[in-house]
Amino acid sequence: MASSRNIIALKSIMHKEIHRFMRIWVQTLVPPAITISLYFVIFGSLIGSRIGQMGGFDYMSFIVPGLIMMSVITNSYSNVASSFFSAKWQRNVEEMLVAPVPNWVIVAGYVGGGMARGMLVGGIVTIVSMFFVDIQIHNIWVIIVTVALTSATFALGGLINAIFAGSFDDISIIPTFILTPLTYLGGVFYSISLLPDFWQGVSQINPIVYMVNAFRYGFLGISDVSLTLSFAVLGVFIVSLYTIAMVLITKGIGLRS
Amino acid sequence: MLSALKISGLKKTYKGGFEALKGIDLTVKQGDFFALLGPNGAGKSTTIGIITSLVNKSAGKVEVFGHDIDQELETAKSFIGLVPQEFNFNQFESLMKILVNQAGYYGVERKIAVQRAEKYLKQLNLWEKRNDAARMLSGGMKRRLMIARALMHEPQMLILDEPTAGVDIELRRSMWEFLKELNKQGITIILTTHYLEEAEMLCRNIAIIDSGIIVENTDMKSLLAKLDVETFVFDLKPNNTPTELAEFSSRVIDGHTLEVDVKKSQTINSVFIELNKQGIEVLSMRNKSNRLEELFVGLVGSGQATSQSAVKE
Repeated sequence: MASSRNIIALKSIMHKEIHRFMRIWVQTLVPPAITISLYFVIFGSLIGSRIGQMGGFDYMSFIVPGLIMMSVITNSYSNVASSFFSAKWQRNVEEMLVAPVPNWVIVAGYVGGGMARGMLVGGIVTIVSMFFVDIQIHNIWVIIVTVALTSATFALGGLINAIFAGSFDDISIIPTFILTPLTYLGGVFYSISLLPDFWQGVSQINPIVYMVNAFRYGFLGISDVSLTLSFAVLGVFIVSLYTIAMVLITKGIGLRS
Repeated sequence: MLSALKISGLKKTYKGGFEALKGIDLTVKQGDFFALLGPNGAGKSTTIGIITSLVNKSAGKVEVFGHDIDQELETAKSFIGLVPQEFNFNQFESLMKILVNQAGYYGVERKIAVQRAEKYLKQLNLWEKRNDAARMLSGGMKRRLMIARALMHEPQMLILDEPTAGVDIELRRSMWEFLKELNKQGITIILTTHYLEEAEMLCRNIAIIDSGIIVENTDMKSLLAKLDVETFVFDLKPNNTPTELAEFSSRVIDGHTLEVDVKKSQTINSVFIELNKQGIEVLSMRNKSNRLEELFVGLVGSGQATSQSAVKE
């Protein structure tokens, strides 16, 4: 009884979340396609042709997985951050809080919505990249598992950000000052093996390095870090962020007075 | 009979030390139409917030149809439908989506939810607007949407926090009829309102809260019976010159209006006898204010005194 009620509640939250970003598709789905096309034109065709090969592949093929992953990270994070904060702002989060919806269902519903947007945008960017480069696939399962775990990680991050946020400014601070620098320094545009030893060491504390490299392995079969370590890092992040999100929602931080 | 709501020793102290509830006890019978009245900041919304788990309590116990919110929160929540004071739906969603999603949170299958949404939107005269974004609705329509939303899981107890605030009198009356009909069907209704006429007309039992303390908790008839004095306004025929009445406390307002306080021990017949003696003819007569309002003002005043003394202790 309770389990079927929870499944319907989970489906309702996910349905609402997916409907939300599909309704505003011009704001949510089109910009990543345009941005990524510009990356391909500027970094791939214009500059990339002068760089030559990286990791045994031409530069354009090398950056494709990183660019897809960058879109997945940004979209899964921002979807949950803006949607949950907006629900707090308009107080319609109360619709769920007064209902017999367990906290894990609220977390799973919003994370599911964020993953759906992250993966849909990832798919769109992949299709766009096919116009610029011949996509090759080394291991489809590594690609699927990496993209699912990465989008879940950043959706959870977006949820935690929204729980703490007191204004719309607060949900743009972390993407601007933390996520974007970590992504750019996460091996999207270069192999970290090109860096001096010190900066290679520093890069290894950047979790996005593991995500981008696992994803790149799925496409090209090359990675700067161990695949097992990459999945372990993703697993640790998901468990830690889920635990934090559950504690915050259970205590009602930012939600209940 | 099982209580729909049983509250004991409920306390709430907000961050910063403001004591919104100072240990209230309250019981609402199943099937009751119950009024929770009090001035702004008295603790009504805090009480409702705790019952519906939007506010964390500091101490005390709340049971909804026998289910303790500390032990069986989800079961307790499934009995309650809430119509909050402020609009709290997604302004950009259509009415239909708001209702169907809300039903989903309570585990109602989508197909059934769509049928119920149609039923309540039609009953509340919102069917024509079903595909419009909620922000396009008028204030009265938004209030009705919140009532429809609260009914989507067919709750056994409906809590309405100022449901008719800012609603015109015609619409207010139609909402009263709708609520009376729901109560006849067996739904327990708890209402907070600033319109005391509304509480007097609809509710069988009443609690008055002031400064976090219940200052009165009784049935409406007993409460109204406590009223010692009622003030009546008499509109007199022009060219009559009213004077104050000897046996009554009375005031001449203008050339053709007289205000008379009638005690419980006195009759209105006696007023007419006196007016007749003076050759004054009455065109019409009315209560100066709502009876409950007169009691409310008295109780809330004394409640403030009580709470102040409680704080000092």
